[in-house]
Amino acid sequence: MIPASFEYHRPRSVQEALALLATHGDGARVVAGGHSLVPMMKLRMARPDHLVDLQELAELRQIRSETGYLVIGAMTTQHELIGSELLAAKCPILRETSLLIADPQVRYCGTLGGNVANGDPGNDMPAVMMVLAASYRIAGAGGERQVAARDFYRGTFATALQEGEILTEIRIPVLAAGHGYAYEKQKRKVGDYATAAAAVVLSRTGGKCTAASVALTNVADTPLFAADAGAALVGTALDAKAIAQAVRLAQKIARPSPDGRGPADFRTHVAGVMVRRAIERAAGRAA
Amino acid sequence: MTVDTETAQARTQKLEGLGTKRKRVEDARFTQGKGNYVDDIKLPGMLFGDFVRSPYGHARIKSINKDAALKVPGVKAVLTAADLKPLKLHYMPTLAGDVQAVLADEKVLFQGQEVAFVVAEDRYSAADAVDLVEVEYQELPALVDPTKAMAPGAPELRDDLKGKTSGAHGPRKHHNHIFTWETGDAAATDKALKSAQVVAKEYIVYQRVHPCPLETCGCVASMDKINGHLTVWGTFQAPHAVRTVASLISGIPEHKIRIISPDIGGGFGNKVGVYPGYICSIVASIVTGVPVKWIEDRMENLQATAFARDYHMTGEIAATKDGRITGLRCHVLADHGAFDACADPTKYPAGFFNICTGSYDIPAAHVTVDGVYTNKAPGGVAYRCSFRVTEASYFIERMVDVLARKLNMDPAELRRKNFIRKEQFPYTSALGWEYDSGDYHTALDKALKAVDYPGLRSEQKRNREAFARGETRKLMGIGVSFFTEIVGAGPIKNCDILGLGMFDSCEIRVHPTGSAIARLGTISQGQGHATTFAQILATEIGIPASNITVEEGDTDTAPYGLGTYGSRSTPVAGAATAMAGRKIRAKAQMIAAYLLEVHDDDLEWDIDRFRVKGAPERFKTMAEIAFSAYNKVPPGMEPGLEAVSYYDPPNMTYPFGAYVCVVDVDVDTGITEVRRFYALDDCGTRINPMIIEGQVHGGLTEALAIAMGQEMAYDELGNLKNASLLDFFLPTAVETPAWETDYTTTPSPHHPIGAKGVGESPNVGGVSAFSNAVNDAFAHAGLTHTQMPHDHWRVWKTAERLKLTAAA
Repeated sequence: MIPASFEYHRPRSVQEALALLATHGDGARVVAGGHSLVPMMKLRMARPDHLVDLQELAELRQIRSETGYLVIGAMTTQHELIGSELLAAKCPILRETSLLIADPQVRYCGTLGGNVANGDPGNDMPAVMMVLAASYRIAGAGGERQVAARDFYRGTFATALQEGEILTEIRIPVLAAGHGYAYEKQKRKVGDYATAAAAVVLSRTGGKCTAASVALTNVADTPLFAADAGAALVGTALDAKAIAQAVRLAQKIARPSPDGRGPADFRTHVAGVMVRRAIERAAGRAA
Repeated sequence: MTVDTETAQARTQKLEGLGTKRKRVEDARFTQGKGNYVDDIKLPGMLFGDFVRSPYGHARIKSINKDAALKVPGVKAVLTAADLKPLKLHYMPTLAGDVQAVLADEKVLFQGQEVAFVVAEDRYSAADAVDLVEVEYQELPALVDPTKAMAPGAPELRDDLKGKTSGAHGPRKHHNHIFTWETGDAAATDKALKSAQVVAKEYIVYQRVHPCPLETCGCVASMDKINGHLTVWGTFQAPHAVRTVASLISGIPEHKIRIISPDIGGGFGNKVGVYPGYICSIVASIVTGVPVKWIEDRMENLQATAFARDYHMTGEIAATKDGRITGLRCHVLADHGAFDACADPTKYPAGFFNICTGSYDIPAAHVTVDGVYTNKAPGGVAYRCSFRVTEASYFIERMVDVLARKLNMDPAELRRKNFIRKEQFPYTSALGWEYDSGDYHTALDKALKAVDYPGLRSEQKRNREAFARGETRKLMGIGVSFFTEIVGAGPIKNCDILGLGMFDSCEIRVHPTGSAIARLGTISQGQGHATTFAQILATEIGIPASNITVEEGDTDTAPYGLGTYGSRSTPVAGAATAMAGRKIRAKAQMIAAYLLEVHDDDLEWDIDRFRVKGAPERFKTMAEIAFSAYNKVPPGMEPGLEAVSYYDPPNMTYPFGAYVCVVDVDVDTGITEVRRFYALDDCGTRINPMIIEGQVHGGLTEALAIAMGQEMAYDELGNLKNASLLDFFLPTAVETPAWETDYTTTPSPHHPIGAKGVGESPNVGGVSAFSNAVNDAFAHAGLTHTQMPHDHWRVWKTAERLKLTAAA
């Protein structure tokens, strides 16, 4: 549990950070809250020669409203997400999800940017970002670009983020007033990754579901956007039959590996239970 | 004459003696982060050791190349078995009569086994060098299942035992067999089973778990080459035994070895044995001439230091139709891992597993235990239990429930019907133990009343009906367990470790101003000895507990003792403390008589003083007597006020308790919620009720961990799949339910103050209460027994097997 040696850098601006990444190439890694990367370094599964710590970048540590968007800086901690009244009013699923991530000590350090950028299928926020149709703003030597959360994840620890790039901001389109939401997570204990988890956001008018999105955590090598499951709910009264259909469609795309949380059939089953419960709870919350 | 206006009550309170909820004196430093653990010890010039460990469960070592490692700046040495062989230190004796490789010699036998020891100026260069030691392995087939290990064609694991047909505990019947231990009356049991009206049979596995103390194991070894003295600070639950073993292994005379256990962050049996890290640190300090520190990390602790349980038990229980138990038979396949490194008393290779008749008056019983080698870490320690007692308790408490199911009887009623009755004590069990005292019916009745047991059963009936109607997806389970522990090892006539009798000791010095220091052969790892032993003494010698320092763990100053594990500290060292206190008081009485110019017999003890019978205004307080002990003693008497007691207990003590657990099992997720847990403990005389409560809370939490989630999961290749706290279940406050505690008091008749020990009871009784509750939740659907741990997926699979699950 002793990391290999590395050089530590603490840049004062995104530009400086990008310059460091450019100089040191694939020997450099960005560190945000450090709760994924540092344990990997201690296990020597990650051995960066240069660690570029973003904690001085106040510009990446803000939550603000822009026209049509909520914008969250990548270095915003889960603790700050929980404490934000703006998010509580406009995007409450973030508080609900943050409270299911590890424990307060971890949440004081762990960041939203780190959680979504690391590409660990066990992280909770990527599925939430998928149902929120969020996009990630990415800075690189050649300028900036945006990638939708739904297109970002490629495999375990593999994302659209390229060498020398930094994920700087998360942009969430403003949600419909009165939307229903829920994040359901089954885990063995505090600090554990999900056996399976489901994020749901939906809207309802006159008893009919007008929009719905569903995504899954930790039942494949990436977070999964269950487009068919969401579509199956739209136009229905969110009755038992419609929910059962959405559950089936979500389970269909789950590909969990057997691990200490259980065999694959159990984890697929739990994914279904989480989806059903998340839909029911979201429906109950929708105005 | 001293004028004294304090009431007796005020004087008693001032002592904070027996029965007081005295705050733990240790907590001031622990809560401020001022504890002094082994990793806090920093000595000038100290080097750091780190291990190269086997990535394989079973492999032949073809070569080891140290060259690249030795080139890392700061690296001083890399030790391998080849370096230890000339010193005859590549193997060390275990506490169970076997030997264990200090550094792997030609073969590795479990994942995480120590292969080479790197010594460097700091932890970082040591870790870098560990990465660079090149070991070439040839993988061999691994055995992780004790049944397969005993198969005729199974690979032979221990080359060093080739051809040996007997071991420390008798004949070996297979090359992977360690011992057979048999006790009880085979013929009578056979007869009871054959003639029984009802027989219930069950295969019960108590899975391999790990004590997982928050502080891992470690040491600092410092050899002073000038005077030949070796000092070792370490995480030792038995410092004196370590000193003796270190002397026997190293040849260093015992008086030149000093073993110090500083603050210890939990032991739970994990820190009783001797580990290769200790030996390697000592050798490295001798070689380099400077202190060497070795601290293992969490993964190493889980992979390589002592595990617990791994008992595969086949039970048969016989009874009459109306529920009178007539016989019990048990066969155990005990997986000891690669080396037999249990820490049991010598004559008991399966510990006190023969307490497995439990709290019941069973006329005939027979037990056989076969110890087996596998490619898993060695150990088999008493994890928060007296030796193999939690295995025994789990076995009988499950068997009684299995029988209740077969008889269609209420499990609480079946227990009541078969309890050893109060008037039968002292009671000798069919397997040979003499139970000192007990009042089981009173305890169970109190427990059942406290939880409204009939009310719970009718609620359960309603719940099952509602479940059948589809109104709920949760099933309610009620687990009753009634345990009898056997602790306080033990009487020298049948308990020793490596020939060392399992007595314990206390030495007291009373200072002239009426304060005192007591030193003991035990060592606290969180039990609060500094608090409770001072309380025993306060009541015995009338000096306030706050004026008594309790010191343990330094072999240069403490009297010889066998250490702290198996709930033995209070039964053995606590008794020694009381006995030493009584010697002090006897001398004090003579001094007081001299000062008051009366005969010894004219005095009576009064809380904190001796007073003249019939003239209570004439007295001498202990403080006054203490001062006189140093300047005015009766002619012919030696000055001073000191005493030492080495206590050889006449018997074990037998704490017991009644636990009730109520759970709600969600059949859709497999999640079991503990709705209620009621624990009634009878540990005899209660020294500090607050510490007892804390002990019960801690033990129940560990029982919850074992029953509901802990399992050291090995794959077929011998890889430990959950060697970190992400995957090895250690519950946090969030997963831990609220505990309700209660008690009855049945003092031990042979212990000087009637205390029995409590630290381990909640683990012993708790595991079966949880397991019985989960099994009970499914009883109506036909479940008899399901194996632990009752984690989400296993519970869901049980529900699925019973056709209780539904599509998500």
